[in-house]
Amino acid sequence: MSITLALVLEQTLNGLQYGVMLFLMAAGLTLVFGIMNLVNLAHGSLYMVGAYLATAFTEHTGSFVLGVALALPATLVVGVVVEVVALRTLYERDHLDQVLATFGLILFFNELIAMIWGRAAIFTSVPSFLSGHFRLLPGLPYPTYRALIIVIGVVVAVLLWALVTHTRLGMRIRAGASNRTMIGALGVDIRLLYTLVFGLGAALAGLAGAMAGPLYSVQPGMGEAILIQVFVVIVIGGIGSIRGAIVGAIVVGMADTLGRAFLKPMLATMISPPAADKAGPALASMSIYLLMAAVLFFRPEGLFPAGRRS
Amino acid sequence: MALSRRTIAVAAGCVALALVPPIAALTNQPFYLDLFRRMMIFAIAAVSLDLILGYGGMVSFGHAAYLGIGAYAVGIPAFHGIENGWLQWSLAIGASALAALVIGAISLRTSGVSFIMITLAFAQMLYYLGISLETYGGDNGMRLAGRSRFGGLVDLREPTVFYYVVLAILVLFLALGNRLVASRFGMAVRAAKSNEARARAIGFSPLRYKLTAFVIAGSGGGLAGALLANQTEYLTPDFMHWTRSGEIMFMVILGGMGTLFGPVIGAVALLLLEDVLSALTAHWQIILGPILVLVVLFAKRGLFGLLVGEGSDG
Repeated sequence: MSITLALVLEQTLNGLQYGVMLFLMAAGLTLVFGIMNLVNLAHGSLYMVGAYLATAFTEHTGSFVLGVALALPATLVVGVVVEVVALRTLYERDHLDQVLATFGLILFFNELIAMIWGRAAIFTSVPSFLSGHFRLLPGLPYPTYRALIIVIGVVVAVLLWALVTHTRLGMRIRAGASNRTMIGALGVDIRLLYTLVFGLGAALAGLAGAMAGPLYSVQPGMGEAILIQVFVVIVIGGIGSIRGAIVGAIVVGMADTLGRAFLKPMLATMISPPAADKAGPALASMSIYLLMAAVLFFRPEGLFPAGRRS
Repeated sequence: MALSRRTIAVAAGCVALALVPPIAALTNQPFYLDLFRRMMIFAIAAVSLDLILGYGGMVSFGHAAYLGIGAYAVGIPAFHGIENGWLQWSLAIGASALAALVIGAISLRTSGVSFIMITLAFAQMLYYLGISLETYGGDNGMRLAGRSRFGGLVDLREPTVFYYVVLAILVLFLALGNRLVASRFGMAVRAAKSNEARARAIGFSPLRYKLTAFVIAGSGGGLAGALLANQTEYLTPDFMHWTRSGEIMFMVILGGMGTLFGPVIGAVALLLLEDVLSALTAHWQIILGPILVLVVLFAKRGLFGLLVGEGSDG
C-alpha cells in the first residue's frame, strides 16, 4: 500500500468523522461532569442503548431516518430514568462511589441488552439513499454517509454552542457549572436543571450510537470501547470544557484513524516489513494513550482547563 | 493485652482459609480448593489496591493491568521454555513495579477524576498491547506451558501445595501491608491523602511517597498476576480488561477500604456471589450490577466494618 494524497485526504476525513462521534459522546460526559460533578461510566451504555433502539426502530418502521429520530427521544427518556432512579443520589458522593455505582449500571445494561437482543453482534447497513459516494475532488469519491455524520456533528456543535451561550437554559448551565450553591439560592430548580442536562447528554450519546450502527458492529459492551476513548478525549481537552471536548475529540479521532491507516506503511520504510506488520497495529492502538500521556506531561489540567469555582 | 475484635476476626479468617484443603478433601469437593485459591489470589490484588485506594486516596481504575503484566511475566518465559519460578515471579514483580512507576509518574501529576480516567486509559493501552502480542496468542491468549517450578522445594502442580503457597503469600503480604501502613512511610501517605497542602507545609513531598506506594501496590498486583497465571494455566489479555479493574476495586469497597483485611473478605464475598449467581442464571450480571449499586449507596463501611465494628481508618 503506497501513501497517496487522495488516501491521506480520505483518512483525514475518516478521522474527522470518528472525531465527531467522539465529540457527541464527550460533550454530554463533560457537561454532566462540569455541572453535576458526576463521573458517569454508564455514559457508554446510553450510546449502546441508542444504537440498539435505532436498529430496532429502523427494522420496525422500515425507515432509517425515522428509526434514528425515534431513538433520540427514547434514549433521552432512558437517560432521565437512570438519572432519577440511580444517579441523583450520587451527586453528593465522592468520585469513587460514582465510578463504582455507574460500573454496576454498565453490568446491568450490558446484560439487559444481551437478554433482549442476544450477545451476537448485529450488523446493519447504511440506508440505500445514503450508501453511495459523492465526488469530493476529481478522482476522490467519499462515502455520503460518513460525510453526513461530519455535517451533523458540526451542526450539533454549533447548536450546542448557541444553546450554552445564547439561551436562558444555557445561562443556567454555565451558572451551574461555576457555582452550584449560588444558582440554587437564586431560585433555580437545580434538580430539574440536572435532569435536563443529563437527558441532553443522553440524547447526544444516543445520537452517536444510532449513527454508529451502520458503521460499526452493534453488540453488548460496544459502549465501553468508545467510552474509554472519550475519557482520553476529555482528559486531553480538559474536564468540563466543551471547547476542550471539541479539540480533544478531533485530535483523538485523527490520531486513532491516521495511526491505524499509516503507522504500518510508515514503519515499514524504517524497519523490516514483517516487524512493521507486528509493531504497526500495536503502536496504532496505543497511539492515543501515548498522546494523552504526552499532553498530561506538559499540561496536567488538559489543553483547555475549565475554570471551576464551587 | 486484650484481643481486639479485629485480631480475633483476622485470626479466625486465617484459620478458616487454612482449613479449606482438609475440608475439601474430606467432602471430596476439590472444586472448593480451586475456588478459594482463586479468591486468595484476587485478595492479594485487592489488598495491594487498598494500600493506595484506602490509605492513599488514589482511585486507580487500572489495577488489572498489573495482574496482566504479572501473568505474562510467567507465561512468556514459560513459552520459551524458562520455567524457573524464582525468575518468573521476580520478573512479574519487577515488570509490574516498573510499569507502575511509569504510569504513576504520569498519572500522579493529576488528581481526582483525571487520575481515575488516566489509570483506566493506561490499563486499556496495556490491554491492547496484550491483544497485539500475536506470538503469545493475541486476542485469544495462550495456554501456560507449565506451572512455575521451584526445584524440589515446592511443587505447584500439587493442588494443596499450591493452595498453601498462595495462603502463605497472602498472609505475608497482609503482614507487610500492616507494618507498612503503621510505619512513618504509611503515615506520610495517609497524611497526603487527608490534606496534601498540609503535608507539604510540614515539609515532605507527598508525590514521592504516593509514587512509592503506587509502585508497591503495582508489584503486589503483579505477584497476584503471576499466581493467577499458575491458577488458570491460561493467560489472556482479558486479565487486563477494565471490568477486571472494576471488580478488584469493588472487592476493596465491599470488604471495607482502608482496612487491609477487608479486601480479603471482599474478594471472597464477590467471587462467592458470582459463583452462586452464575449457577442460578447465565444473566447473573443483571443481578450483580444493581447489587453493586446498592452496596455503594448503602453499605459504605464494608463487610469488615460490619464484622469488627470499625470503619475505614483513612
